[in-house]
Formats: sequence, C-alpha cells, structure tokens
Amino acid sequence: MASYLVRRTFLMVLTLFGMSVLIFVMLRLVPGNISDILFDAAGFVDPKEKARLERDLGLDLPILTQYWHWISGLVQGDLGFAYVTEKPAIEEIAPRIPVTVKLAVLALIFSVVFGVPLGVISAVRQNTAIDYALRILSLSGLSLPSFWLGLLILMLFVRYFGFIPIYTDPPATLWKELALLSVPAAAVGFRSSALIMRLTRSSMLEVLRQDYIRTARSKGATPGSVNYDHALRNAVLPVVTIIGIEAAFLIGGLIVTETVFNVPGVARFLVEAVIWRDYPIVQNLVMFIAVVVVVVNFIVDMTYMILDPRIKYAD
Amino acid sequence: MSTIDHDAELLRAGAHVRGAWGTAGFLIRRYPLGAAGAVIVIVFVLAALLANVVATFDPTATSSRNSLTPPGSVYWLGADFMGRDVFSRIVHGARISLAVSVGATALGCAAGIIVGLMSGYLGGWVDLVVQRIMDIMQALPLLVMALVMAASLGPSLQNTIIAIAIALVPNIARVIRSSTLSLREQPFVEAARATGMSELRIAVRHVLPNTLAPLIVLATAQLGSAILTEASLSFLGLGVPEPHPSWGRMLSESAAEYIRTAPWLVIFPGIAISLAVFGTNLLGDALRDMLDPRERT
Repeated sequence: MASYLVRRTFLMVLTLFGMSVLIFVMLRLVPGNISDILFDAAGFVDPKEKARLERDLGLDLPILTQYWHWISGLVQGDLGFAYVTEKPAIEEIAPRIPVTVKLAVLALIFSVVFGVPLGVISAVRQNTAIDYALRILSLSGLSLPSFWLGLLILMLFVRYFGFIPIYTDPPATLWKELALLSVPAAAVGFRSSALIMRLTRSSMLEVLRQDYIRTARSKGATPGSVNYDHALRNAVLPVVTIIGIEAAFLIGGLIVTETVFNVPGVARFLVEAVIWRDYPIVQNLVMFIAVVVVVVNFIVDMTYMILDPRIKYAD
Repeated sequence: MSTIDHDAELLRAGAHVRGAWGTAGFLIRRYPLGAAGAVIVIVFVLAALLANVVATFDPTATSSRNSLTPPGSVYWLGADFMGRDVFSRIVHGARISLAVSVGATALGCAAGIIVGLMSGYLGGWVDLVVQRIMDIMQALPLLVMALVMAASLGPSLQNTIIAIAIALVPNIARVIRSSTLSLREQPFVEAARATGMSELRIAVRHVLPNTLAPLIVLATAQLGSAILTEASLSFLGLGVPEPHPSWGRMLSESAAEYIRTAPWLVIFPGIAISLAVFGTNLLGDALRDMLDPRERT
C-alpha cells in the first residue's frame, strides 16, 4: 500500500512535469506572440519598439531559459506577470477561482441529485415507457451543447421573467450569488446528470442480474429493500468514478457556459488569455486544470478502495 | 433468467437467413432508437453532400435590406444581421460539421490505433513510455486540450480537425491497447507465430481485426464529441474561421444580443448541432448493443 502511494505520487509529478513541457512548447509553436498582436492592433510596427517589448517580456531569451524561469518561479509560487494587464498573474487568477469552484460544485450537486435517482428508476422500470422517456432525456442531455442550452435558458428568462440572469456586479450576499450561479450550473450540470443517469442505469441493471439479488428476492425482501439496500450499494461504485471524473471535466462545459452567462471565472479567463496569447496566464491556468484533474483522479481511486474493501492496489 | 436471443445471435454470426431487406426490417424492429439515429445521420450526411442543391441561397451572400428578416416563405429560417439566409447557412454548416467530425475521428482513430497497437502488442518500455504520454494528454479535458491545440496551430478548418483529432487520440489508444493486451495472449496469436509470421504481420492481420468491434463503437461515440467540440471551439471564436458557415460560430455571432430581438438566430443552429449529435449517439448506442453484447445498456 505505502509503495503504491509512493509510485502513484511519483507518476502524478511525472505527468504534471510532462504537461508543463507540452503546454510550454505548444504555446510557442504559434507564429506570433503578444507583441505581434499589440502591434497589429496599433497598425504599424516599429522594429525597435517591438524588440524592446520582447526584451521586457523575456520573449527574446532561449526557449529553455524561458521554461526554466517559469518552472522555477512556479514551484516557489511566483507565476510571473500577465502580459495584458501587467499585474502579477496570481492576482489575476486567484480571485477568479472561487467563482468557478462555486459554479462547479453547484453543477455537480445538480447532476448527482438528478442523475442517480433517475438512473435507478430507469433501471428498476427497465423497458417501460418511463425508462424509454428517461433514456431519451439522458441522450438529449449528452447531445445538447451546453452553451446552446445556456442561451435557451436565457431566452426563457427574458421572455417569461423579463430579465437576464447574468453576472454584472458582484452580488451582495453569498445566497444571491449562489442563486445567480444556479442557472448556469443547471446548464452545465444537465450534461453530467445525463452521463451519471446512463451509468447508474447500466450499473444497476448489471447488479440486478446477479445471484445474490435473486436470493434476496426469494427470502422475501421487499422490492424497495432489494433495489436500494442490496443493489444500489454495489451499483454505485462505477458511478463514483464517473462523478469524480466529471468533477474535473466539468471545466470543459464551464468554459463555454461562463462565456454565455458572463461569469467572471477562470474558465472564461482561459479563453480570453488564449486569444490574447497571454502566456503566463494560459500556461499557469492549464497547469492548474491539470493539477485538479490529476488530484481528483487520485482521490477517486482512493475512494474506490474505501467503498469496496475487496479492491487492494498491488504494491 | 437470461434467454438466448436466437435472432440476434444469428445476425451476429453473420448468417444470411433473411436477405438484405429482411435484415433491415429486423434491425429496425429490434433497434428502433438506433434506426431513428441512422435516419438522422443519413439526412445530415445528405444535407452536407447536396448542400449546393438543397440550399435556397448562397450561404455567404449578404443583403443589408433583409437584415434580421424573421422566418417566412423566402427565408425559411430567417436571415441574420448581414441578411444571410439561416437555412442555407445551416445546410452548408452541415458540410463543415461533417468534415470536422469525420476528419478528426478518422485521423484520431488512425493515430490511436498505431499508438494503442504498438503499446499493447510490444509491451515493455514502449508501453510504459506511451502510457505516460497518454496520461499527460488525458490530464486535460477534451475541450481544453482542443482549445490550446487550436490556438497554437492557428484558426483554419484543417487545424481545427487536427486539434480535435489529437485530443481524441488517448481515448482510442487506451481501448485498442486493452483489447490488444488480452488478444496477444490468445492461442491463435501463438499459432500464427508458430507458422513463422512476422510480429508486424501478426499485429496487423490477426490482432487488429479483432479490435474492430470496440473500435467502431468508440469511433461512433467520438463523432458526437467531435461535432460538439468543433461547435464549442467555433462558438468561442477559435474554431473554423470565416467564410465557412459553422454552426457554432452562427451561435456566437448571434448570442446574447439577439435572444430578445431575433430568437431564430439562436434556436435553429442549436437544433442542427443537437440533432446531429443526438443521431450519432442513438446510432452509437445501437451499434454497441449489436457488436458488444457484454456492455448492453
């Protein structure tokens, strides 16, 4: 067990190191850096001015030196300066994280609250009208782009309530903020809930076919007890994995949804930084996302072991 | 409790007991949702192939006089701010969507097959290195990976395809690798080796064809995510550039400001994306039921 943890931690660090190299190289493959964009916008290019800007930003240094500057700063908690605002990157990124985290947590709650029970109902009533309806609902959840769903929700709000629930000024209280965020959270969470519903259903069906369920039925356990006490407990294992993976992968849906709802979170900020070629922001944000994904995967594996004592990771 | 489904087993075994029409009829009765998906996909492909015939206008022709015309007998689904016909743009957009989804999936599958087969069949340090690289690529969600790739390659139709294809590779490589791992221990591989076949030939002629069923299922599922990813990238302004009419970009042009004044600009392109993805998902589910009986949903 201990050596498994050590190996696993080593692999996590290796993955993150690889990611840092990958993202660094990828960003510098692009022809044109921020100085090109700025000078393009200005309309004319004074080569001397451009060279000075590149020197100021350290873009004229060899790529290995640039990488070293970034990574050595990163491990010391120094993320460098944002090109666009010229403020420290950490000051740009940090305040945006809580907003995205709140949105992600709300979306996850939404997806679990709807996904798991509906998946169970769908499995227990397999091949009935309600099962078909739920399956089509979950398939449509996987098919609707979340930004379009967001736009449709906005449209309904405008039509029936006369206002648009988008983020303008920071809301006064936490409750107001959560209420405001619950709308985009539903738009993002719908997709995850569809995924969770599908997986819960197939996992439940798998378990319901097993011998011990027949035993439970034949000894006279009520259908409720069979479904929930006996079946769901075992069916929930793969569901936990997908919930964990979705928690990390929600960021994909958040990118577009934050853009639609004008939410000042990190996901939308990433897109803006990509468009502006703001390297310090992009590379740090991508690393941040990678850390979240890798750590969540690790937590999921550990949860697995706690939920199912039969699982032992080999040393 | 489980009963043997004789019809399905015969079909799976490739028995010709009914003829083509009979088989089609059987499939429709047995997989109604999958058949519906197939119909949607066929309509989508036909619209893409026959875009020039189906479209009533040139998708790029502007006309300031007709800016924001509501849906009617001339502009079936209305006109956008520049007076371009929404219906014709959606039909031509099907072309872009089809090109990107099929192109990216095919490219991603090709790369994924090579990587997965190598990794699973050769094993050892090759497997170790390849798996670590896949770990790295999987540490980013699909859209984030495609976003960074698209940004670093620059906006064009080709680059959008490449960006999405690269992001799809790890998934496909993983599936091919895991089937290869179990296949290479099978007696028929040993038999092939005993006849003196080269390792490359065994991998390509004997192992690869046996990974086809999960590959088809996975590839169909990736088609849907490729369509969605292209739409998202274009929505964010990092996908397929002008003058191509992309569904995703049609939505970003029209986003928040038109939801009051011109809802048709928001509704119809979104329906097109959703239907295309919905169709491939329905088809993918039915294919999985048909080809992979262990993973019935």
